[in-house]
Amino acid sequence: MKYLDEYRDGDIAAKLVERIKRVQTKPWVIMEVCGGQTHSIVKNGIDHLLPKGVELVHGPGCPVCVTPLEMVDKAHAIARQPGVIFCSFGDMLRVPGSDGDLFSIKSSVGDVRVVYSPLDCIRIARANPDKQIVFFAIGFETTAPANAMLAWQARQMGLTNVSLLVSHVLVPPAIEAILNSPQNRVQAFLGPGHVCAVVGYTEYEPLAARFHVPIVVTGFEPLDILEGVLMVIDQLESGRAEVENQYSRVLERGGNRPAQDLIGRVFEVTDRKWRGVGTIPGSGFRLRDEFRAFDAEHRFSVQAIDTMEPAICISGQILQGIKKPHDCPAFGTECNPQHPLGATMVSAEGACAAYYAYGRHLKDADLVTLGDNR
Amino acid sequence: MCLAIPGKVVETFTAEGMHMARVQFGGVTREACLDYVPETQVGEYVLVHVGFAISRVDEEEARRTYEALAELDQLGELDIPEVSDRSGGVS
Repeated sequence: MKYLDEYRDGDIAAKLVERIKRVQTKPWVIMEVCGGQTHSIVKNGIDHLLPKGVELVHGPGCPVCVTPLEMVDKAHAIARQPGVIFCSFGDMLRVPGSDGDLFSIKSSVGDVRVVYSPLDCIRIARANPDKQIVFFAIGFETTAPANAMLAWQARQMGLTNVSLLVSHVLVPPAIEAILNSPQNRVQAFLGPGHVCAVVGYTEYEPLAARFHVPIVVTGFEPLDILEGVLMVIDQLESGRAEVENQYSRVLERGGNRPAQDLIGRVFEVTDRKWRGVGTIPGSGFRLRDEFRAFDAEHRFSVQAIDTMEPAICISGQILQGIKKPHDCPAFGTECNPQHPLGATMVSAEGACAAYYAYGRHLKDADLVTLGDNR
Repeated sequence: MCLAIPGKVVETFTAEGMHMARVQFGGVTREACLDYVPETQVGEYVLVHVGFAISRVDEEEARRTYEALAELDQLGELDIPEVSDRSGGVS
């Protein structure tokens, strides 16, 4: 496919790795921010191709993972109510709350539907005028234009049976929280390409300057990631700390203005709790007052929910690049994609789930070499 | 979750006051909202996330980036010490 296959070329990847080896003289710790990048890195074994001194740590950029348990429980409480059609992106369906997941609600008491796009909710609302349609509006900046459009269209069309349960998160405040942590190990970032396609990267420039960290906005294909790593190491080795754009075929510094305009009309910045991390000031979106009628948290009165995460889970430290999945005694045993204990195992883009999916929980003795018939 | 896939716009139309398109991803064609990239023409590539085009893929820039990366090959060759009786080699 055009613009995908070209950026998966093994020969060019090998050359990029050679170039990285030549440029790198000191050990460096680089965080890829986005869960999609984590998935691509683990799937393609990019971290194993890099020289020993280049360590990739995995960031907090999976919105499914960081949606707080309280919000998941709130979604479940609404989905269980009679007369509700609860709509969600597929990724959220098997995220366990304190009592089951959306799949189990779908197969028992609730009408839960997976949608491809938030706009599907409008069709469902029209076809079911006697039902309340609730959309679980999660995501980073990338998804905000789509979710904002649902609220905007619902208001324009005067749909009284559509509402959004909003749990939106923002990347720059999370990067700032990571850099402010006394335990921080991260020296540079691969910035989130699709987040920046929407909002641009001007917000990252003061972070790069203030913390003296290189940030290279990077795409998702293997060659994108390897080039991003090369650009970051080039900066680190020469003592620069700038924001650079590896993903120039998709985005410009200012991002997508029409999308930013609608986001600004529908959402406003608020404090948000991140699963495994805690509350980060100014790190999320909520609906503006003008859209309060479309806010599921107001439409459905759900009691305050107290939740408890398993004490053994270290996902908070993994999300901040302090630890890796193998540092957790529960990884791959007590905690696995069927029975996730915490944030980084609940979605395929979480670091623990990606490590598990590509066999990194297996011991050497479990591995069978092709052609080995013993 | 932030997955976005490049696809080719094969048809544009208006629905519910929104700019819409049929976008082809390999063998699959789906609808996408073009409101955020309204200037997009049929035949151009857009990056689609959850049914919304969030960016136009700059074909020229994509080609330039790819060629620059492919050229690493040749630049890599340049790092090999020159052998005096080697002639040509420019491709």
